[in-house]
Amino acid sequence: MYEKEPLFSSKNMKLLKGPLGKDNPITVQVLGICSALAITVNLKPSVVMAIAVVAVLTVSNVVISLLRKYIPPRIRIIVQLTVIASMVILVDLILKAFAYDISKQLSVFVGLIITNCIIMGRLEAFAMANKPWQSFLDGVGNAGGYGIILVIVAFFRELLGSGTLWDYPVFGKLGIYNSGYSDNGLMILPPMALITVGIIIWVQRSKNRDLIETH
Amino acid sequence: MKQFSNIYVVIFATIMVVIVATILSFVSMQLKPKQIKNEEIEQMKNILASVNINSNAKNAEERFNKYIVYSYVINIKGEKIEDVNAFSVDMKKEVSKIQKINILNNTIKETKKSPFNNFLASVIKFKEKNKAAIKSEILNIEGTRRLPVYICKKGKNTYYVFALRGKGLWGPIWGYISLVDDFNTVYGIYFGHDSETPGLGAEISESEFQAMFQGKKLFENSKFVSVKVIKGGAEPGDLHGVDAISGGTVTSKGVENMLFDCLSGYIQFINKQMD
Repeated sequence: MYEKEPLFSSKNMKLLKGPLGKDNPITVQVLGICSALAITVNLKPSVVMAIAVVAVLTVSNVVISLLRKYIPPRIRIIVQLTVIASMVILVDLILKAFAYDISKQLSVFVGLIITNCIIMGRLEAFAMANKPWQSFLDGVGNAGGYGIILVIVAFFRELLGSGTLWDYPVFGKLGIYNSGYSDNGLMILPPMALITVGIIIWVQRSKNRDLIETH
Repeated sequence: MKQFSNIYVVIFATIMVVIVATILSFVSMQLKPKQIKNEEIEQMKNILASVNINSNAKNAEERFNKYIVYSYVINIKGEKIEDVNAFSVDMKKEVSKIQKINILNNTIKETKKSPFNNFLASVIKFKEKNKAAIKSEILNIEGTRRLPVYICKKGKNTYYVFALRGKGLWGPIWGYISLVDDFNTVYGIYFGHDSETPGLGAEISESEFQAMFQGKKLFENSKFVSVKVIKGGAEPGDLHGVDAISGGTVTSKGVENMLFDCLSGYIQFINKQMD
């Protein structure tokens, strides 16, 4: 009976695209900032972190959505946390086995995906009340919106802070150091992540005037 | 909203927990061997780095087997302990042993200061009695220390690699130091850290910092002085000092203490080798 609506109807696509732009969890809702500060020093761990969050949020969203009619409301938060936590542990175990170097760089922050407010928020606000397919799109969209900001911030921090991209010495190869430039050490410290996110928010709001709060 | 009975809630929670636990323990068991392997390869990479050999995850094992010809574990007296794998030494436990010994040593020192105070004489008498007990406890703990030694052959030269572990500002720091076969000159060093500040304390894992240790001497006239990390920069030609990291004072100090504490455990081994 759910199949009446096409899979990629405009309403469904909005679930996917909204969080990437106008409804972005980091720049508009300002959620999940803590991990955005901690792991965006280099591009590689940021991309892995983004993929990990997409996996965790999408799967948890679908699982909760499938179970939504059977979850007793009194223990729903515990159920959600259990699903998130087990997904995060799975991701952590897989990273440790197959991408040891990156899992070392991400260290505690993989475990801290559990406390990422975006994930809990989506489960409680969306998956508990919507069908699995919509929840899937919502999960991909929101985690993707988080991931995109992560990658943008990491791009600038790695380029300006270490002069590399994906560990490839861009500035070194271009010979920029010879003209007297040196890496900006401030970029690799956490405050600059906050400032970079701030600049992204500023750019986004000056393009999208209706996002500006009036009070 | 639909109401659920208490029994339903309890059963739901139980089933959920059982399912989750089964999945997680199954995956964990499946991936365990691979994870342990990864950790060993990481250790091999670090040891190779201390003898100035580059390696990556793919070729670490092959190069380790080629260059590290021999590894064993010794005790504080420098005697070899049979049947213990150098990789199996838990450096975390070794660090806590060193810390205990340092604390006990400090309590003995305090009793030395107090005899000037008559009022505390009785307390001192009590403490003096304890001093022997504390000393024997120190010996006890020292007796349980396990120190890994790796021997590296590169061409005609032999290098001895010792393990290091200590504490930095935010978490543990560790490393390996390799000595030329005069047991005095540092050939190479490697430092790793868990969570030191990027750009400040984290610089200890950069090759610029580690390169400063090459050629430094551990002994001065057969007295152990270790290598000091000097704030404000070491004098040129200083054989026992390297520059500290600006803004990374606590981590630099941690490196210095780690070197002293860990290497002093090897002194008797070194003396034996020199005879």
